[in-house]
Amino acid sequence: MADTITKNSPPTGGDVTPLISLPAATARIATVAGSVLALAGTFMAWTWTSAFPGDLTVTGYPGGLQVLVLISSALTLLFALSGYGIRGLNWVAPGGPNAAARLTALGTLGTVGYTLGAIAFQLGGVVNLEPGAWVAGIGALIAVVGSLALPFDQPFPAGDPDKGGWARFRHSLTAPHPPRARALPSAVEILIIVAGFALGLIVFTYGIDTEYGELFVGFLITVAFAFTGLARAGLVSRLTALTARYRGISLAAAFAAALCFPFTQDNDYYALIGTNILIFATVALGLNVVVGLAGLLDLGYVAFLGVGAYTAALVSGSAASTIGVEFPFWAAVLTGGAVSLVFGVVIGAPTLRLRGDYLAIVTLGFGEIFRVTMNNLNGASGPDVTNGAQGISAIPDVKIFGFDLGSPHDIGGFTLGRNANYFLLMLLFTAIVVMVFNRSGSSRIGRAWVAIREDETAATAMGINGFRVKLIAFALGATLAGLAGTVQAHVAYSVTPDQYEFAGTAPPNSAFLLAAVILGGMGTVSGPLIGGALLYLIPAKLDFMDDYQLLLFGLALILLMRFRPEGIVANKRAQLQFHENDQLDLPEQRLSDTAVDTTKAGA
Amino acid sequence: MNTMTTTTTTTVLDASDVTMRFGGLTAVRSVSLTVNSGEIVGLIGPNGAGKTTFFNCLTGLYVPTEGKVSYKGTVLPPKPHLVTQAGIARTFQNIRLFANMTVLENVLVGRHTRTKEGLWSALLRGPGFKRAEKESKERAMELLEFTGLAAKADHLARNLPYGEQRKLEIARALASEPGLLLLDEPTAGMNPQETRAAEELIFAIRDMGIAVLVIEHDMRFIFNLCDRVACLVQGEKLVEGTPEVVQSDERVIAAYLGTPFEGAPGADELAEVEAAEAAAPSTNSRTEEAQ
Ligand SMILES: Nc1ncnc2c1ncn2[C@@H]1O[C@H](COP(=O)(O)OP(=O)(O)OP(=O)(O)O)[C@@H](O)[C@H]1O
Ligand SMILES: [Mg+2]
Repeated sequence: MADTITKNSPPTGGDVTPLISLPAATARIATVAGSVLALAGTFMAWTWTSAFPGDLTVTGYPGGLQVLVLISSALTLLFALSGYGIRGLNWVAPGGPNAAARLTALGTLGTVGYTLGAIAFQLGGVVNLEPGAWVAGIGALIAVVGSLALPFDQPFPAGDPDKGGWARFRHSLTAPHPPRARALPSAVEILIIVAGFALGLIVFTYGIDTEYGELFVGFLITVAFAFTGLARAGLVSRLTALTARYRGISLAAAFAAALCFPFTQDNDYYALIGTNILIFATVALGLNVVVGLAGLLDLGYVAFLGVGAYTAALVSGSAASTIGVEFPFWAAVLTGGAVSLVFGVVIGAPTLRLRGDYLAIVTLGFGEIFRVTMNNLNGASGPDVTNGAQGISAIPDVKIFGFDLGSPHDIGGFTLGRNANYFLLMLLFTAIVVMVFNRSGSSRIGRAWVAIREDETAATAMGINGFRVKLIAFALGATLAGLAGTVQAHVAYSVTPDQYEFAGTAPPNSAFLLAAVILGGMGTVSGPLIGGALLYLIPAKLDFMDDYQLLLFGLALILLMRFRPEGIVANKRAQLQFHENDQLDLPEQRLSDTAVDTTKAGA
Repeated sequence: MNTMTTTTTTTVLDASDVTMRFGGLTAVRSVSLTVNSGEIVGLIGPNGAGKTTFFNCLTGLYVPTEGKVSYKGTVLPPKPHLVTQAGIARTFQNIRLFANMTVLENVLVGRHTRTKEGLWSALLRGPGFKRAEKESKERAMELLEFTGLAAKADHLARNLPYGEQRKLEIARALASEPGLLLLDEPTAGMNPQETRAAEELIFAIRDMGIAVLVIEHDMRFIFNLCDRVACLVQGEKLVEGTPEVVQSDERVIAAYLGTPFEGAPGADELAEVEAAEAAAPSTNSRTEEAQ
């Protein structure tokens, strides 16, 4: 057995001594045994009453939060076993099994711990816990201790001056990048991609369908640890390598998975959440053109969504609209996009000649001016265009080719309700935005954006007309938001000024949009989509902590920026940028900086 | 590439009476300089003499207080992108690559002025777009081949060693198909072998029909390379002439060292000090590489 352990250990010579010193064999047995115990515990009753949501009283049938613990401990077991070098399990952790085992064990402990705490808190005391809860809890604890005693997957950097426990702990959760995968038959590889997206759909749907806040919190804990564990095991990078190889197929699979979503929902309310997530995430992706590619800080982006939405509402034929016209939907979409484009150019043209912070301030101002103006165009303090704070209500449903999106339709035995219809419509817009992002990003103009973001002086010296290129990015971003706005107006039935604030407790607002881009990963496609989904779901699901929501959000963002500044989905570039020990950073010398100022002053 | 078919020399760059004042400080005082086709012209001078400032005036990064700059007979507007469009490309004293773009992408950005594909064609991806993109890539790869960076096309620019970053900056500048290349201390921080390679590279660029104006502190390098050398001291052009003339000019020697000097060694020492100073960030970058 000794050699099977070393087989999976990193090359000798480095410092791989674990945090807790136990014989390696004991540590591994403890991890396995602990996770088995936790897993077994999920089949027992955790509490005596079904007053706690999810009914954790049934023996032999895991429910609610127990399912999450089951999954998490099963993953721990899998990684722990793969550490034995068992044939057929090596693929589980090409990067190294120990960090993954540690993370999933921590995730198990976190979820169990949260559940036990929630039960004790809600039912008034630990007496309400049944033995099953203790079994799972102790199992998870043993697994954590055991896994912490497993050697590091990569040697502790010898030169690191910080030898403290915290540094070693953080290091124990890292693993080397896995070696290149052996090429499989392409059919198998494609199947893996499809399975990956199917899994993604399942996880996403599970998250949307969580019926009570406790389950959602448990879901977040489990997913966060499990995902990081899978990433450390090297599986995520294996999968992304495959998706990079089969780009077209991956995109198609992703959209197919999204397309399946409304068919998994029998409750139209959850379909509405899905639709709103899609709107929010799409707008965030549009913002990513501006922020992520061109590096322009736009703090009033939601106003462009508002421009599109108001335009669509005004031409929707709604009785509350002050213009009594009714455009067909496609015309409304084009009008909404065009009006947003005009606003984008009007805002961008004077400000984009300036650098950096000015744009942020002007866009922040624009966002607020938009909201205030919509409030004031009410007939009392200005001409009556928008009905002021009442907004434009009773926006009729979209009809496309005689197909009324407002009423349920049966497709292949499934009934798609109103919101599911809009989900599918919005998905089309998302596809367009993804395509625009991808295509513009990898072209002459996209390279110019990135060049401007990287070093504006050098970019202009390479012949790029900075102002022009930035204006294109800004206007394109505005247009994309406007397009999404036209759908949003119909989905929400009504548009009111307060939907388009700078910051609020619920998305979409400019602050959340920006947060979605940064949290998800700047300059990537999937980043803002994932970030958007998370930032929409968290406030929607955790309404019980309404008062502290923004505070907790702020904390979460600070922690994220501290530990993973590149966001959830790291752009390869950003990853290198943030985690190299710095300083190849071209020294920004005084000369070059002042050079610019002089140009601006002279221009 | 601009192939020079004419054998008679034409004036590529004509800067006349360029003055640049920053408040009370006159960094460049009424400097005139011409560069002819097929020529390599050197610009030397002690630190703070105004060489880089002069370059910035030529390329539109600074708007000269007085004087005008013309390229092949037309007066250049002081806008960097128009200057590049016209045919003057440059490198920077403190390397300014697009650090988080790949080597190939850096060169492709250099092609910006020589391609036209806008947003629409990028979105629609017609055959014209694909052709232009393919051509650009081929052209960029040629340039990487030329500078010896082809094997690193997919690396991030920031991960290149210092010497290669300088080469990449040159490749990127060449991608804009210039008629005149301005190099600001291209060998700063290079070791002797790299410096010799850079010399070869600059000769090869000249042979492509591109005139070169180069700032450098390494006197051996300059006197080897250049057809003509101008010396700037405290913003003013002190002398201009063949390397021999400039090399033996008392005033140049005095300006550089403050003391008379004999032959090359003094200058070499100076160059070494310079090189060591400039190399400081590069050693830094190498240690990072190792991590
Ligand atoms: N934007 C600016 N504002 C104020 N002063 C400046 C500016 N740019 C340059 N200077 C000053 O102009 C003078 C010339 O600087 P410049 O960088 O052109 O010298 P240089 O000949 O390139 O020197 P080196 O050999 O060190 O590169 C210096 O005194 C510098 O401080
Ligand atoms: Mg200089």
